[in-house]
Amino acid sequence: MVASVSELKQDPSRVDLTAFSEVVHFGPETPLLLDCGKTLENWSAAYAAYGSLNADRSNVVLIGHALTGDQFVAGPNPTTGRPAWWPRVVGPGKAIDTDKLYVICVNVLGGCMGSTGPASDGPGDTPWALQFPTITIGDMVRAQSILLKHLGIDSLFLAIGGSMGGMQSLQWAAAYPDRTFACAVIAAAARHSAQNIALYEVGRQAIMADPDWRNGDYALSSERPAKGLAVARMAAHITYLSEAALQRKFGRELQAKEGAQLKFDADFQVESYLRHQGQTFVDRFDANSYIYITRAMDYFDLAADYNGVLANAFKDTQTRFCVFAFSSDWHYPPEESRAIVRALNAAGANASYVEIETDKGHDAFLLDEPEFEATLRGFVKAAATARGLKGA
Amino acid sequence: MIGSSKTIRRDLETIAELTPEGARVLDVGCGEGELLELLTQRRNARAHGLELSQAGVNASVARGLSVVQGDADRDLAFYPNDAFDLVVLSQTIQATRQPRHVLSELLRIGRRVIVSFPNFAHWRISLSLLAKGRMPRTRTLPFSWYDTPNIHQCTLTDFLEMTKELGVRVDRIVPFADGKPYPGLANAPAIANVFADEILLLLSRADEPPITA
Repeated sequence: MVASVSELKQDPSRVDLTAFSEVVHFGPETPLLLDCGKTLENWSAAYAAYGSLNADRSNVVLIGHALTGDQFVAGPNPTTGRPAWWPRVVGPGKAIDTDKLYVICVNVLGGCMGSTGPASDGPGDTPWALQFPTITIGDMVRAQSILLKHLGIDSLFLAIGGSMGGMQSLQWAAAYPDRTFACAVIAAAARHSAQNIALYEVGRQAIMADPDWRNGDYALSSERPAKGLAVARMAAHITYLSEAALQRKFGRELQAKEGAQLKFDADFQVESYLRHQGQTFVDRFDANSYIYITRAMDYFDLAADYNGVLANAFKDTQTRFCVFAFSSDWHYPPEESRAIVRALNAAGANASYVEIETDKGHDAFLLDEPEFEATLRGFVKAAATARGLKGA
Repeated sequence: MIGSSKTIRRDLETIAELTPEGARVLDVGCGEGELLELLTQRRNARAHGLELSQAGVNASVARGLSVVQGDADRDLAFYPNDAFDLVVLSQTIQATRQPRHVLSELLRIGRRVIVSFPNFAHWRISLSLLAKGRMPRTRTLPFSWYDTPNIHQCTLTDFLEMTKELGVRVDRIVPFADGKPYPGLANAPAIANVFADEILLLLSRADEPPITA
């Protein structure tokens, strides 16, 4: 399917790549250097693309997905059938308008939706499992950069993402300032707090405590560490919602009409909901991927690469930034976003900060938040005008 | 903006006249970004804003402006020294919790400051107090005493005294009455103090060369 990319290079105006997706394999001639010092010599990057690339390739939007997301931003995942995760924001006439912009989303390195991760075959044609090198957000972004170069795309009109996707956007703006025209960071942070690390450690330990995890070598057995992964997902999912949202949705409502059963079944509706979240998650996600990606998030500390001063990451940047936070997000609270904005201000960057009042918590960026969508639309439109994109 | 809305246009015009070409400007309480847009278009300014309201931030971002959601009392501290050539605080200083501290912060992050405020010594206000014995409600100060956001009212004379205490140079006084600037009154502050209902001041740090706009 790489052929379609060369067609694209010949006549970009004629090719419409709506819902185009492919896996690109890179061999030893295109090694991926990792922050841990190791190198991946055979690796893959899976991506999905929407819209059309314009003649001067100036309309590319790179969307970073969150921890458990995938590359299928605006259309259903053809393998799992799971619906698009950001159809509110990406699509024809949406804030990120696929009629005008060329949207790419890459499954992150370490993921399990086609890009190389611990479930992929390593040297010796057996799954990497825990032999897979430790990866970072910087590695994910480096892999994206190599993929884009391969696709003939040099610079981004916009790097955007929520949660871990926002970390990738920030990393893009810091690592490749001249190739990042605009950057939107949504419900994210420039580093993991102790609380974030602690929460994800609970998840990792839940997976590792599952006897079916087998020190990571479960690929060749018939069982998966489903119980551990489900508990990890349940614990994390609580942090994606606010207390108010949980209360509004479930309160102390019981499952059974007859009243409390006084047993340890899922008696409360909130328990049933969480168990469902956990159970459906294990069908679509790899436990080792979960361990590796949460670790990458834990290690993320953008300031650490710049002598501990976040502003130095954005020195002399010409990128236009917009940072969004949600008032009831306790996973990455608004204070984390303010820290990013203060650093951008200290660096003299063009930076906007928008704090959306909502009780929907961290996941608000995926939900119906008209003020968020309207402001994002305004930001993208103004950036498109500054970029000279017609009608975007 | 807190206070009148009728004079905004003339207010902004005056600010645009006082803004150097290509200046880095921070508008504190930028509303929907009208002034910043004007300064971008007319003065080629690099415009930044600070605004509390969601609606104001949304509108400003949609205009392509760089605007941070926050408030003057809390967020000015996070801007570095000398970040701006000009900081504008229009019709807001009387509503801040610590006006004196806010003004010194403005002059830390910006080399020059334009500040405007309703003048509490205006004859109509004095007359209202004297004749009716009630807190005045006027065009520039339309609120009741119990719901006014203007918690630190002052007069031109008061303000000029504070600039002396802070060692700030007053480069320009523009008195306004009924929405119109009366630059002729600038050389007679004692008279302006009685006849101007709004005051706009251009302030500089003492070591800053005088502006030639």
